[in-house]
Amino acid sequence: MSIKLEEICYVYSPGTAYEQHALKNVNLEIPNGQFAGIIGHTGSGKSTLIQHLNGLVKATSGRLYYEGKNIYEEGYDLKKLRSQVGLVFQYPEHQLFEVDVLSDVCFGPKNQGLSPEECKKKAVEALHLVGLSEECYGQSPFELSGGQKRRVAIAGVLAMHPKVLVLDEPTAGLDPKGRDEILDQIESLHKKTGMTVILVSHSMEDIAKYVERIIVMNQGEKMLDGSPKEVFSHYQELEQVGLCAPQVTYIMHDLKKRGFQVSTDVTTVEEAAEEIINSLKRERQ
Amino acid sequence: MIRDITIGQYYPAKSVIHRLDPRAKIVCTLLFLVSLFVQNSLLGYVIATAFLGTVIHLSKVPLKFIVKGLKPILILLLFTVVMNLFLNKGGETLVSFWIFQITENGLRVSVFMAIRLMYLVAGSSIMTFTTTPNALTDGIEKLLYPLNKIKVPVHEVAMMMSIALRFIPILLEETDKIMKAQIARGADLESGNILQRAKAMVPILVPLFVSAFRRANDLAMAMEARCYRGGEGRTKMKPLVYHGRDRVAYVIVLVYLAAVFCVGRFVPFSIWIF
Repeated sequence: MSIKLEEICYVYSPGTAYEQHALKNVNLEIPNGQFAGIIGHTGSGKSTLIQHLNGLVKATSGRLYYEGKNIYEEGYDLKKLRSQVGLVFQYPEHQLFEVDVLSDVCFGPKNQGLSPEECKKKAVEALHLVGLSEECYGQSPFELSGGQKRRVAIAGVLAMHPKVLVLDEPTAGLDPKGRDEILDQIESLHKKTGMTVILVSHSMEDIAKYVERIIVMNQGEKMLDGSPKEVFSHYQELEQVGLCAPQVTYIMHDLKKRGFQVSTDVTTVEEAAEEIINSLKRERQ
Repeated sequence: MIRDITIGQYYPAKSVIHRLDPRAKIVCTLLFLVSLFVQNSLLGYVIATAFLGTVIHLSKVPLKFIVKGLKPILILLLFTVVMNLFLNKGGETLVSFWIFQITENGLRVSVFMAIRLMYLVAGSSIMTFTTTPNALTDGIEKLLYPLNKIKVPVHEVAMMMSIALRFIPILLEETDKIMKAQIARGADLESGNILQRAKAMVPILVPLFVSAFRRANDLAMAMEARCYRGGEGRTKMKPLVYHGRDRVAYVIVLVYLAAVFCVGRFVPFSIWIF
């Protein structure tokens, strides 16, 4: 009961001057209910990778299993897969098209073949989950603010009741407040429904706080894979590929270098503060 | 899926042809196209083939690409060949059944028409394969510059052309992205009758138009912010200058044109076909 990738390779425009190996031999397993983060520099293959997860892009070679079944096998129901693995693209607000918010969110459930009443019920539910106020439901999606549009777009995917939710840079272009709100909502969603959430980002700070596992992509290959603490302990390697660990990692390492007795594997500001206070208390005693 | 369109696409390589001045390439391509239509002899086509072959070889563009570019005209080609084959009368009748007759003349004209069409597309795609769209519009702007005198807004037209060309890949990518996003939401774009399929395009076309307008708006704003105000008094960062190789190219093409023209005029056709 999970998503499992085996030796996935993907080549863009094979046989042309623009041939490009976007993914090289990626092996990955994401168990149900996990909150995972995929991180990587621009062009590291993270967006290509997640488009494999619901069969939008077919790997040049390799196998992908969803709940134990190979999705590249003939006769596999990709449409059903897509309603179970919901994919929210980068800048998802650019895909809105309906006359009002509610019917736009209904688009997904409608494609699943549900009755109009059920669609509406699911849409309202999804809009509740992303925290959009009810007076917006009848408005044109183009009249909303950037953050609201993005919520509508995410609700459009949530309304399909996916078992796995994949979000590609859901906070790109949002201000810090909008960013925190969206991420907090995704986290509470994960807690409430227990769905698998895969969060793609290029910012460590963003995801360090939320995810239980980080997969680092570099030039189409999986470079690191582990808990945030494990991944951030390789902060020097991360720097070499143009990423960096959260600022607190650096602060803790610097403090340790200067003789403070602190542990360096904290990942969030809150943890760091506590660790520093504890260390000061220990020193005083 | 949409990435596979090759017509009018630039093929990056380092070759003599790539380095030629875009004006030289445009004029030479036009002359080559003219050469295909002013003559009507087998020897003439042999020379044209040799010329085109040499240019393709020099350009370092794989032949595969050029052949791929011919695919879109396949139907037009078949139509032309079939029409010419059956409708041209004259000369000896080679095959005849029911009301159809294939004559010697028909066969000749249809074969030549096919060659002309294929070389027409191959010749012009060599130009677009070896010239970046920007260089191409630069060349066109410079070539048409004299028309400014009769109040044709040459610069504005050229600017619109380069913007339009620049938007093609952007909009293709955008379409690809929106299509994927809607498929991910369960949109079905492939099944159903024409009406259903047209309806299924709405979720793609609306966001596409919105994004095209947004991008156009942003671009206009960015141009204004950099004080763009049309062509008057505007200079170029890289002005087009003819080099020795461009002159050589002109001479070669003129010699080729003369050769083809003379062969068509003075060497009788029959010697070469039988």
